Amino acid sequence: MQTVLDIMSWILLTAGGGFVLVGGIGALRMPNLYTRMHAASVTDTMGAVLVLSGIMLQAGLSLATIKIAAILLFLLFTSPTSSYALASAAMLAGIKPDAGRAADCEDAS
Amino acid sequence: MTVVFGIFLLTLLVITAVAVVRTRNLFVAVMLLGIFSLLIAANFLLLDAADVALTEAAVGAGISTVLFLGALALTSETEHAATPHRWLSLIVVVSATLVVLYATFDKPTFGDPEAPIQQHVAPWYLEKTPEYIDVPNVVTAVLASFRGYDTLGEVFVVFTAGIGVLFLFSAPHGHAARRRPGARDGSSIGLRDDLIPRVVGRLLVPFILLFGLYVQFHGDYGPGGGFQAGALVAAAFILYALVEGEDRTLQALPFNALLALMVSGALLYGLVGVASIFLGGNFLDYSVLSEDPVAGQHLGILLIEAGVGLTVTGVLLSIFHAFAARDRF
Repeated sequence: MQTVLDIMSWILLTAGGGFVLVGGIGALRMPNLYTRMHAASVTDTMGAVLVLSGIMLQAGLSLATIKIAAILLFLLFTSPTSSYALASAAMLAGIKPDAGRAADCEDAS
Repeated sequence: MTVVFGIFLLTLLVITAVAVVRTRNLFVAVMLLGIFSLLIAANFLLLDAADVALTEAAVGAGISTVLFLGALALTSETEHAATPHRWLSLIVVVSATLVVLYATFDKPTFGDPEAPIQQHVAPWYLEKTPEYIDVPNVVTAVLASFRGYDTLGEVFVVFTAGIGVLFLFSAPHGHAARRRPGARDGSSIGLRDDLIPRVVGRLLVPFILLFGLYVQFHGDYGPGGGFQAGALVAAAFILYALVEGEDRTLQALPFNALLALMVSGALLYGLVGVASIFLGGNFLDYSVLSEDPVAGQHLGILLIEAGVGLTVTGVLLSIFHAFAARDRF
């Protein structure tokens, strides 16, 4: 039983780490702000969920698991909100989302 | 493993520090300082200093970032060109760095059991805390009871800082009448028209307050205490101000109440000390506060932690409001 839990938690942790890595590469390599944010939000959602689930399996049924679940819930509320606030601020600052263009452009119109 | 992690975090710390100095954009510098605080908090946690890590994360990465942003809103976003005395500063910095590096050769190695820090008073604290104070978190016992004088001093420093900022920032009455053209009134600060941050922010505020109270009263048993709790409660109110507007926060917790919080916290701490003198003990010797010395210590720690929390909340929030109100003069 312990081995099964360990294997499952390591699979989750590795997958989570992979998503964080992909998010990091995306945040560096994507061409403009909105696509970079899209890549970075993978870290907040899939990366965090998988890593924290992996740690929860490691901790077993204990107070630590409940605390991690609370952190997970908190992250699921806050990270989409902060992504939204960032994108909204970028829109207000005049950066237009344009998938065709390579770099951010400030459009005064 | 700890050493590898530590070196990794410290390397990132150095990179962030260099980036803070190099960048000309102050907004970027503020964000990097937040990252710097988070990194050093992770480093503290790695060294098992959970209380310090919590304080650093709450104050350094949280509140001071908001205060820096508040200051940036009043000034320009880019740094002025460097002063011409660069050689002099370079010489000073290099020689100071060399002195510090030279001094590190005399330091004991990491985790050395023979180091003075492990030999001096620390073993006594660890040994006597269960007997005299009987709280599981020795950090709280040291901070609040054994070294209560130092913490009293810290509270007064925080109090003085708050008073100082208020002196600098309070405009005389009637000054508000001649407003700068284009100055915002309080209602426009905040995201009141932005539905998603507003809903989520309002949802989170009670939980942050609850967590603040938990940290305040759980300080005897786990990482936490008045400083961390004060920062968390202040963060909850600042979040409310950001999503609902500063004027509504002032309606919920008026400025006079903040001043009262500041004063009453420092006063409570001092009065506990005076009360212990009148009950026959030394200043800040909580053992005399109750029949049972250990219960007296518990009561004293509870009271002075409450004092710390009140003062820190009051000071942080009044500094925040002072920055926000400055925009209107």
